[in-house]
Amino acid sequence: MITKRIIPCLDVKDGRVVKGVNFQGLADVSSPVELAKYYSSNGADELVFYDITASAEGRALFTDILTETAKSVFIPLTVGGGINTLADFDRVLKCGADKVSVNSGAIRNPSLIYEAAKRYGDQCVVLSADVKRVDGVFRVFAKGGRENTGMEAIEWIRRGVDSGAGEIVLNSIDTDGVKGGFDLEMLEAVCNAVSVPVIASGGAGSIEHFITLFNTLPRVDAGLAASIFHFGEVSIKDLKEKMTQAGIPARL
Amino acid sequence: MIAIIDYGVGNLFSLASSFSAIGAEAIVTANPAVIRAADRLILPGVGAFEDAARKLRESGMADLVKEEAASGKPIMGICLGMQMLFEKSFEYGEHEGLGLIKGSVRPIADVIPQGLKIPHIGWNALRFTRPHSLFKYLKEGDFVYFVHSFYAADCNDAVIATSEYGAPLTAAVANGNVMGCQFHPEKSGDVGLSILRAFCEWEVAQ
Repeated sequence: MITKRIIPCLDVKDGRVVKGVNFQGLADVSSPVELAKYYSSNGADELVFYDITASAEGRALFTDILTETAKSVFIPLTVGGGINTLADFDRVLKCGADKVSVNSGAIRNPSLIYEAAKRYGDQCVVLSADVKRVDGVFRVFAKGGRENTGMEAIEWIRRGVDSGAGEIVLNSIDTDGVKGGFDLEMLEAVCNAVSVPVIASGGAGSIEHFITLFNTLPRVDAGLAASIFHFGEVSIKDLKEKMTQAGIPARL
Repeated sequence: MIAIIDYGVGNLFSLASSFSAIGAEAIVTANPAVIRAADRLILPGVGAFEDAARKLRESGMADLVKEEAASGKPIMGICLGMQMLFEKSFEYGEHEGLGLIKGSVRPIADVIPQGLKIPHIGWNALRFTRPHSLFKYLKEGDFVYFVHSFYAADCNDAVIATSEYGAPLTAAVANGNVMGCQFHPEKSGDVGLSILRAFCEWEVAQ
Protein backbone atom coordinates (compact mmCIF):
# COMPACT_ATOMS: atom_id res chain seq x y z
CA MET A 1 0.00 0.00 0.00
CA ILE A 2 1.14 3.49 -0.72
CA THR A 3 2.38 5.41 2.33
CA LYS A 4 1.23 8.75 3.65
CA ARG A 5 3.91 11.29 2.82
CA ILE A 6 5.52 13.69 5.28
CA ILE A 7 6.87 16.79 3.59
CA PRO A 8 8.99 19.52 5.19
CA CYS A 9 8.73 22.89 3.49
CA LEU A 10 11.73 25.22 3.27
CA ASP A 11 11.18 28.92 2.67
CA VAL A 12 14.19 30.27 0.85
CA LYS A 13 15.12 33.91 0.52
CA ASP A 14 18.27 35.08 -1.23
CA GLY A 15 19.58 31.51 -1.14
CA ARG A 16 19.06 31.02 2.62
CA VAL A 17 16.38 29.23 4.61
CA VAL A 18 14.27 31.67 6.59
CA LYS A 19 11.56 31.24 9.23
CA GLY A 20 14.09 29.97 11.70
CA VAL A 21 15.79 26.65 11.91
CA ASN A 22 17.10 25.23 15.13
CA PHE A 23 19.07 22.01 14.75
CA GLN A 24 21.90 20.66 16.75
CA GLY A 25 24.69 19.23 14.66
CA LEU A 26 24.12 21.09 11.44
CA ALA A 27 27.11 23.21 10.53
CA ASP A 28 24.98 25.81 8.80
CA VAL A 29 21.34 25.71 9.83
CA SER A 30 20.17 28.15 7.20
CA SER A 31 21.82 26.40 4.27
CA PRO A 32 19.06 24.88 2.15
CA VAL A 33 21.45 22.22 0.88
CA GLU A 34 22.48 21.13 4.38
CA LEU A 35 18.92 21.13 5.62
CA ALA A 36 17.65 19.20 2.59
CA LYS A 37 20.32 16.54 3.15
CA TYR A 38 19.40 16.35 6.81
CA TYR A 39 15.71 15.86 6.09
CA SER A 40 16.38 13.41 3.29
CA SER A 41 18.42 11.15 5.56
CA ASN A 42 15.94 11.52 8.43
CA GLY A 43 12.79 10.23 6.81
CA ALA A 44 11.32 13.08 4.75
CA ASP A 45 9.39 11.64 1.80
CA GLU A 46 9.65 14.73 -0.32
CA LEU A 47 10.84 18.32 0.02
CA VAL A 48 9.22 21.58 -0.95
CA PHE A 49 11.42 24.58 -1.64
CA TYR A 50 9.49 27.80 -1.64
CA ASP A 51 11.29 30.77 -3.17
CA ILE A 52 10.18 33.94 -1.39
CA THR A 53 12.81 36.09 -3.05
CA ALA A 54 11.66 39.24 -4.78
CA SER A 55 14.83 40.25 -6.63
CA ALA A 56 16.46 38.85 -9.75
CA GLU A 57 19.71 38.36 -7.83
CA GLY A 58 17.88 36.35 -5.20
CA ARG A 59 16.25 34.26 -7.90
CA ALA A 60 19.63 33.40 -9.41
CA LEU A 61 20.88 32.36 -5.97
CA PHE A 62 17.79 30.19 -5.61
CA THR A 63 18.45 28.28 -8.81
CA ASP A 64 22.07 27.78 -7.73
CA ILE A 65 21.08 26.24 -4.42
CA LEU A 66 18.37 24.17 -6.11
CA THR A 67 20.96 22.73 -8.48
CA GLU A 68 23.27 22.03 -5.57
CA THR A 69 20.49 20.33 -3.62
CA ALA A 70 19.33 18.20 -6.54
CA LYS A 71 22.89 16.91 -6.93
CA SER A 72 22.95 15.46 -3.45
CA VAL A 73 19.34 14.76 -2.43
CA PHE A 74 17.58 11.84 -4.09
CA ILE A 75 13.95 12.24 -3.07
CA PRO A 76 11.32 14.22 -4.98
CA LEU A 77 11.77 17.99 -4.92
CA THR A 78 8.91 20.40 -5.45
CA VAL A 79 9.61 24.05 -6.14
CA GLY A 80 7.20 26.91 -5.69
CA GLY A 81 7.30 30.68 -5.48
CA GLY A 82 7.57 33.09 -8.37
CA ILE A 83 6.23 30.63 -10.95
CA ASN A 84 4.36 32.75 -13.47
CA THR A 85 5.30 31.44 -16.90
CA LEU A 86 6.39 28.30 -18.72
CA ALA A 87 9.89 29.79 -18.70
CA ASP A 88 9.77 29.66 -14.89
CA PHE A 89 8.84 25.96 -15.07
CA ASP A 90 11.71 25.38 -17.43
CA ARG A 91 14.17 27.27 -15.23
CA VAL A 92 13.51 25.20 -12.08
CA LEU A 93 13.04 21.84 -13.84
CA LYS A 94 16.45 22.24 -15.47
CA CYS A 95 17.93 22.73 -12.01
CA GLY A 96 16.57 19.39 -10.86
CA ALA A 97 13.05 20.08 -9.56
CA ASP A 98 10.61 17.20 -10.11
CA LYS A 99 7.40 19.11 -9.59
CA VAL A 100 6.49 22.76 -9.79
CA SER A 101 3.92 24.39 -7.59
CA VAL A 102 1.83 27.28 -8.90
CA ASN A 103 -0.27 29.67 -6.84
CA SER A 104 -0.60 33.38 -7.65
CA GLY A 105 0.80 32.77 -11.14
CA ALA A 106 -2.16 30.51 -11.93
CA ILE A 107 -4.62 33.00 -10.47
CA ARG A 108 -3.30 35.72 -12.79
CA ASN A 109 -3.14 33.34 -15.73
CA PRO A 110 -5.26 30.20 -15.29
CA SER A 111 -4.08 28.73 -18.62
CA LEU A 112 -0.63 28.32 -17.04
CA ILE A 113 -1.76 25.02 -15.47
CA TYR A 114 -3.04 23.64 -18.77
CA GLU A 115 0.01 24.77 -20.74
CA ALA A 116 2.46 23.38 -18.17
CA ALA A 117 0.60 20.06 -17.82
CA LYS A 118 0.58 19.66 -21.59
CA ARG A 119 4.30 20.27 -21.84
CA TYR A 120 5.61 18.54 -18.69
CA GLY A 121 2.82 16.15 -17.72
CA ASP A 122 0.14 16.37 -15.01
CA GLN A 123 2.46 14.78 -12.45
CA CYS A 124 4.71 17.82 -12.70
CA VAL A 125 2.10 20.47 -11.93
CA VAL A 126 1.06 21.10 -8.33
CA LEU A 127 -1.69 23.61 -7.61
CA SER A 128 -1.10 25.30 -4.29
CA ALA A 129 -4.08 27.20 -2.88
CA ASP A 130 -4.17 29.55 0.10
CA VAL A 131 -7.74 29.37 1.35
CA LYS A 132 -9.59 31.26 4.06
CA ARG A 133 -13.19 31.37 5.24
CA VAL A 134 -14.91 34.65 4.47
CA ASP A 135 -18.50 34.86 5.74
CA GLY A 136 -18.60 31.08 5.86
CA VAL A 137 -17.38 30.59 2.28
CA PHE A 138 -13.96 29.18 1.33
CA ARG A 139 -12.20 31.90 -0.67
CA VAL A 140 -8.91 31.76 -2.58
CA PHE A 141 -6.31 34.28 -1.49
CA ALA A 142 -3.40 35.49 -3.59
CA LYS A 143 -0.04 37.12 -2.89
CA GLY A 144 0.94 34.90 0.00
CA GLY A 145 -2.51 35.08 1.58
CA ARG A 146 -2.76 38.87 1.62
CA GLU A 147 -5.34 39.44 -1.11
CA ASN A 148 -8.84 38.01 -1.34
CA THR A 149 -9.46 37.05 -4.97
CA GLY A 150 -13.17 36.56 -4.30
CA MET A 151 -13.04 33.17 -6.02
CA GLU A 152 -14.77 30.23 -4.38
CA ALA A 153 -11.99 27.82 -3.44
CA ILE A 154 -13.49 24.40 -4.15
CA GLU A 155 -14.55 25.44 -7.65
CA TRP A 156 -11.09 26.98 -8.28
CA ILE A 157 -9.35 23.78 -7.21
CA ARG A 158 -11.70 21.60 -9.25
CA ARG A 159 -11.01 23.71 -12.33
CA GLY A 160 -7.27 23.47 -11.66
CA VAL A 161 -7.47 19.68 -11.63
CA ASP A 162 -9.56 19.70 -14.82
CA SER A 163 -6.83 21.83 -16.43
CA GLY A 164 -4.16 19.29 -15.51
CA ALA A 165 -2.94 19.91 -11.95
CA GLY A 166 -1.68 16.54 -10.72
CA GLU A 167 -1.65 17.36 -7.01
CA ILE A 168 -3.19 19.90 -4.68
CA VAL A 169 -1.51 21.59 -1.74
CA LEU A 170 -4.27 23.02 0.41
CA ASN A 171 -3.01 25.65 2.81
CA SER A 172 -5.64 26.83 5.24
CA ILE A 173 -4.94 30.41 6.24
CA ASP A 174 -7.41 29.93 9.10
CA THR A 175 -5.28 27.29 10.78
CA ASP A 176 -1.83 28.31 9.51
CA GLY A 177 0.58 29.31 12.26
CA VAL A 178 -1.89 28.47 15.04
CA LYS A 179 -0.49 24.96 15.64
CA GLY A 180 -3.94 23.74 16.64
CA GLY A 181 -4.20 21.02 14.00
CA PHE A 182 -4.99 20.77 10.31
CA ASP A 183 -8.19 22.23 8.85
CA LEU A 184 -10.12 18.98 8.55
CA GLU A 185 -13.36 20.57 7.37
CA MET A 186 -11.67 22.43 4.51
CA LEU A 187 -9.57 19.39 3.57
CA GLU A 188 -12.61 17.15 3.47
CA ALA A 189 -14.37 19.55 1.12
CA VAL A 190 -11.39 19.45 -1.25
CA CYS A 191 -10.98 15.65 -1.05
CA ASN A 192 -14.65 15.27 -1.96
CA ALA A 193 -14.20 17.52 -4.99
CA VAL A 194 -11.08 16.08 -6.65
CA SER A 195 -9.51 12.69 -7.29
CA VAL A 196 -5.84 13.74 -7.40
CA PRO A 197 -3.56 13.59 -4.33
CA VAL A 198 -4.25 16.24 -1.69
CA ILE A 199 -1.48 17.54 0.55
CA ALA A 200 -2.58 19.12 3.83
CA SER A 201 -0.82 22.28 4.95
CA GLY A 202 -1.33 24.75 7.76
CA GLY A 203 -1.88 24.04 11.42
CA ALA A 204 0.39 21.13 12.33
CA GLY A 205 1.63 21.56 15.90
CA SER A 206 2.18 18.03 17.12
CA ILE A 207 2.43 14.38 16.12
CA GLU A 208 -1.18 13.92 17.20
CA HIS A 209 -2.33 16.42 14.59
CA PHE A 210 -0.92 14.23 11.81
CA ILE A 211 -2.46 11.08 13.33
CA THR A 212 -5.85 12.82 13.53
CA LEU A 213 -5.47 14.10 9.97
CA PHE A 214 -4.81 10.68 8.41
CA ASN A 215 -7.26 8.79 10.64
CA THR A 216 -10.10 11.24 10.05
CA LEU A 217 -9.43 11.82 6.36
CA PRO A 218 -7.88 8.70 4.80
CA ARG A 219 -8.12 10.38 1.40
CA VAL A 220 -5.49 12.96 2.35
CA ASP A 221 -2.18 11.78 0.90
CA ALA A 222 0.41 13.89 2.65
CA GLY A 223 1.05 16.36 5.44
CA LEU A 224 3.26 19.38 4.93
CA ALA A 225 4.79 21.54 7.65
CA ALA A 226 7.69 23.89 8.22
CA SER A 227 8.51 25.33 11.61
CA ILE A 228 7.61 22.31 13.76
CA PHE A 229 10.18 20.32 11.82
CA HIS A 230 12.74 23.13 11.61
CA PHE A 231 12.60 23.81 15.34
CA GLY A 232 12.80 20.12 16.16
CA GLU A 233 9.42 20.18 17.92
CA VAL A 234 8.46 17.13 15.88
CA SER A 235 11.03 14.71 14.52
CA ILE A 236 9.96 12.98 11.32
CA LYS A 237 11.28 9.65 12.62
CA ASP A 238 9.17 9.85 15.80
CA LEU A 239 6.19 10.99 13.77
CA LYS A 240 6.44 8.02 11.41
CA GLU A 241 6.86 5.53 14.25
CA LYS A 242 3.71 6.88 15.86
CA MET A 243 1.88 6.76 12.53
CA THR A 244 2.87 3.11 12.08
CA GLN A 245 1.70 2.28 15.61
CA ALA A 246 -1.61 3.96 14.78
CA GLY A 247 -1.96 1.78 11.68
CA ILE A 248 -1.22 4.57 9.22
CA PRO A 249 1.10 3.42 6.42
CA ALA A 250 4.42 5.27 6.62
CA ARG A 251 7.86 4.79 5.11
CA LEU A 252 10.20 4.12 8.02
CA MET B 1 31.07 4.14 -18.39
CA ILE B 2 27.27 4.34 -18.34
CA ALA B 3 25.40 6.11 -21.13
CA ILE B 4 22.11 7.74 -20.18
CA ILE B 5 20.32 7.89 -23.51
CA ASP B 6 19.03 11.37 -24.29
CA TYR B 7 16.24 11.24 -26.86
CA GLY B 8 14.52 14.45 -25.86
CA VAL B 9 12.13 13.30 -23.15
CA GLY B 10 12.41 14.29 -19.55
CA ASN B 11 14.92 15.68 -17.23
CA LEU B 12 18.07 13.64 -16.90
CA PHE B 13 19.79 15.82 -14.32
CA SER B 14 18.77 13.71 -11.31
CA LEU B 15 19.70 10.45 -12.99
CA ALA B 16 23.16 11.72 -13.88
CA SER B 17 23.59 13.10 -10.35
CA SER B 18 22.57 9.82 -8.75
CA PHE B 19 25.25 7.90 -10.65
CA SER B 20 27.89 10.38 -9.62
CA ALA B 21 26.66 10.03 -6.01
CA ILE B 22 27.52 6.31 -6.14
CA GLY B 23 30.86 6.99 -7.82
CA ALA B 24 29.89 5.70 -11.26
CA GLU B 25 30.83 7.54 -14.42
CA ALA B 26 27.71 8.39 -16.38
CA ILE B 27 27.22 10.54 -19.46
CA VAL B 28 23.95 11.94 -20.79
CA THR B 29 24.28 11.46 -24.51
CA ALA B 30 22.56 11.17 -27.87
CA ASN B 31 25.78 10.21 -29.62
CA PRO B 32 25.63 6.67 -31.11
CA ALA B 33 29.40 6.25 -30.86
CA VAL B 34 29.33 7.05 -27.14
CA ILE B 35 26.38 4.71 -26.62
CA ARG B 36 28.18 1.88 -28.47
CA ALA B 37 31.31 2.45 -26.40
CA ALA B 38 29.45 2.49 -23.08
CA ASP B 39 29.53 -0.53 -20.76
CA ARG B 40 25.93 -0.09 -19.70
CA LEU B 41 22.89 1.84 -20.89
CA ILE B 42 20.07 3.65 -19.13
CA LEU B 43 16.87 4.25 -21.07
CA PRO B 44 14.99 7.02 -19.23
CA GLY B 45 11.62 8.55 -20.00
CA VAL B 46 8.71 10.55 -18.66
CA GLY B 47 5.55 11.73 -20.38
CA ALA B 48 3.41 10.01 -22.97
CA PHE B 49 4.31 6.65 -24.54
CA GLU B 50 3.37 7.55 -28.11
CA ASP B 51 5.43 10.72 -28.12
CA ALA B 52 8.46 9.06 -26.50
CA ALA B 53 8.32 6.02 -28.80
CA ARG B 54 8.23 8.30 -31.82
CA LYS B 55 11.20 10.32 -30.59
CA LEU B 56 13.12 7.12 -29.89
CA ARG B 57 12.48 5.89 -33.43
CA GLU B 58 13.09 9.21 -35.17
CA SER B 59 16.38 9.76 -33.35
CA GLY B 60 17.56 6.35 -34.52
CA MET B 61 17.89 5.29 -30.89
CA ALA B 62 15.29 2.53 -31.11
CA ASP B 63 17.37 0.47 -33.56
CA LEU B 64 20.55 1.26 -31.68
CA VAL B 65 19.08 0.13 -28.34
CA LYS B 66 17.86 -3.11 -29.94
CA GLU B 67 21.34 -3.77 -31.39
CA GLU B 68 23.03 -3.07 -28.09
CA ALA B 69 20.53 -5.29 -26.25
CA ALA B 70 21.24 -8.11 -28.71
CA SER B 71 24.96 -7.71 -28.07
CA GLY B 72 24.36 -8.55 -24.40
CA LYS B 73 25.06 -5.12 -22.96
CA PRO B 74 23.24 -4.45 -19.67
CA ILE B 75 20.35 -2.04 -20.22
CA MET B 76 17.98 -0.58 -17.66
CA GLY B 77 14.77 1.24 -18.56
CA ILE B 78 13.34 3.59 -15.97
CA CYS B 79 9.65 4.54 -15.64
CA LEU B 80 8.42 5.22 -19.19
CA GLY B 81 11.82 3.92 -20.32
CA MET B 82 10.89 0.56 -18.76
CA GLN B 83 7.52 0.60 -20.49
CA MET B 84 9.25 1.18 -23.84
CA LEU B 85 11.04 -2.17 -23.46
CA PHE B 86 7.75 -4.03 -23.99
CA GLU B 87 6.10 -5.10 -27.23
CA LYS B 88 3.33 -2.56 -27.15
CA SER B 89 1.41 -0.03 -25.10
CA PHE B 90 -2.29 0.66 -24.88
CA GLU B 91 -1.80 4.20 -23.58
CA TYR B 92 -4.35 6.23 -25.59
CA GLY B 93 -4.39 3.92 -28.60
CA GLU B 94 -2.04 1.11 -29.46
CA HIS B 95 1.65 1.83 -29.93
CA GLU B 96 4.64 -0.32 -30.70
CA GLY B 97 7.48 -0.59 -28.20
CA LEU B 98 10.98 -2.03 -28.50
CA GLY B 99 9.84 -5.61 -27.97
CA LEU B 100 12.81 -6.54 -25.79
CA ILE B 101 10.51 -7.98 -23.11
CA LYS B 102 7.32 -9.92 -23.77
CA GLY B 103 4.22 -8.13 -22.55
CA SER B 104 2.23 -4.93 -22.95
CA VAL B 105 1.60 -1.69 -21.11
CA ARG B 106 -1.97 -1.09 -19.91
CA PRO B 107 -3.91 1.41 -17.76
CA ILE B 108 -3.71 0.68 -14.04
CA ALA B 109 -7.40 1.63 -13.95
CA ASP B 110 -8.05 -1.78 -15.57
CA VAL B 111 -6.82 -3.69 -12.53
CA ILE B 112 -7.16 -1.53 -9.40
CA PRO B 113 -10.43 -1.06 -7.51
CA GLN B 114 -12.44 2.08 -8.11
CA GLY B 115 -11.81 4.87 -5.62
CA LEU B 116 -8.03 4.55 -5.60
CA LYS B 117 -6.32 7.61 -7.00
CA ILE B 118 -4.65 7.62 -10.38
CA PRO B 119 -1.75 8.22 -10.99
CA HIS B 120 -0.20 5.91 -8.45
CA ILE B 121 2.01 8.57 -6.84
CA GLY B 122 4.23 8.10 -3.82
CA TRP B 123 6.30 5.61 -1.88
CA ASN B 124 5.30 1.97 -2.07
CA ALA B 125 6.90 -1.25 -0.81
CA LEU B 126 8.65 -3.73 -3.10
CA ARG B 127 7.66 -7.39 -3.02
CA PHE B 128 10.20 -9.62 -4.74
CA THR B 129 8.59 -12.22 -6.98
CA ARG B 130 11.92 -13.86 -7.78
CA PRO B 131 15.49 -13.31 -6.64
CA HIS B 132 17.52 -10.92 -8.74
CA SER B 133 20.92 -9.37 -8.18
CA LEU B 134 19.45 -5.88 -8.74
CA PHE B 135 18.03 -6.32 -5.23
CA LYS B 136 21.18 -7.63 -3.59
CA TYR B 137 21.43 -4.61 -1.28
CA LEU B 138 17.67 -4.48 -0.54
CA LYS B 139 15.27 -6.24 1.73
CA GLU B 140 11.68 -7.18 1.01
CA GLY B 141 9.38 -4.27 1.84
CA ASP B 142 11.89 -1.51 1.06
CA PHE B 143 10.15 1.58 -0.29
CA VAL B 144 10.60 3.18 -3.69
CA TYR B 145 8.98 6.21 -5.35
CA PHE B 146 6.40 5.75 -8.10
CA VAL B 147 4.60 8.12 -10.46
CA HIS B 148 2.59 6.34 -13.15
CA SER B 149 -0.87 5.69 -14.60
CA PHE B 150 0.04 2.68 -16.78
CA TYR B 151 1.70 -0.59 -15.86
CA ALA B 152 3.38 -3.57 -17.51
CA ALA B 153 0.95 -6.47 -17.97
CA ASP B 154 1.12 -10.00 -19.39
CA CYS B 155 4.79 -10.24 -18.49
CA ASN B 156 4.88 -12.80 -15.69
CA ASP B 157 8.08 -14.38 -16.99
CA ALA B 158 9.93 -11.10 -16.63
CA VAL B 159 8.50 -9.68 -13.38
CA ILE B 160 11.01 -9.63 -10.52
CA ALA B 161 9.14 -7.29 -8.14
CA THR B 162 5.64 -5.92 -7.65
CA SER B 163 4.03 -3.26 -5.45
CA GLU B 164 0.56 -3.51 -4.02
CA TYR B 165 -1.89 -0.76 -5.00
CA GLY B 166 -5.25 -2.43 -4.80
CA ALA B 167 -3.64 -5.05 -7.06
CA PRO B 168 -0.05 -6.17 -7.54
CA LEU B 169 1.49 -3.78 -10.07
CA THR B 170 4.70 -4.61 -11.94
CA ALA B 171 7.51 -2.73 -10.21
CA ALA B 172 10.62 -4.23 -11.82
CA VAL B 173 11.34 -6.60 -14.69
CA ALA B 174 14.32 -8.46 -16.11
CA ASN B 175 14.95 -10.53 -19.19
CA GLY B 176 18.64 -11.43 -19.23
CA ASN B 177 20.66 -8.27 -19.81
CA VAL B 178 17.52 -6.12 -20.22
CA MET B 179 16.06 -4.76 -16.98
CA GLY B 180 13.56 -2.14 -15.98
CA CYS B 181 12.08 -0.29 -13.01
CA GLN B 182 8.63 1.28 -13.08
CA PHE B 183 9.60 3.41 -10.07
CA HIS B 184 12.29 6.11 -10.02
CA PRO B 185 15.48 4.78 -8.40
CA GLU B 186 16.99 8.27 -8.72
CA LYS B 187 14.18 9.59 -6.49
CA SER B 188 14.02 6.67 -4.06
CA GLY B 189 16.68 7.74 -1.58
CA ASP B 190 19.32 5.22 -0.48
CA VAL B 191 17.20 2.27 -1.61
CA GLY B 192 17.13 3.65 -5.15
CA LEU B 193 20.86 4.38 -5.18
CA SER B 194 21.48 0.77 -4.07
CA ILE B 195 19.55 -0.51 -7.06
CA LEU B 196 21.61 1.68 -9.39
CA ARG B 197 24.79 0.42 -7.72
CA ALA B 198 23.65 -3.18 -8.20
CA PHE B 199 22.93 -2.42 -11.86
CA CYS B 200 26.48 -1.04 -12.25
CA GLU B 201 27.80 -4.31 -10.77
CA TRP B 202 25.49 -6.64 -12.71
CA GLU B 203 27.36 -9.27 -14.72
CA VAL B 204 26.05 -11.49 -17.51
CA ALA B 205 27.01 -14.66 -15.68
CA GLN B 206 24.63 -13.93 -12.80
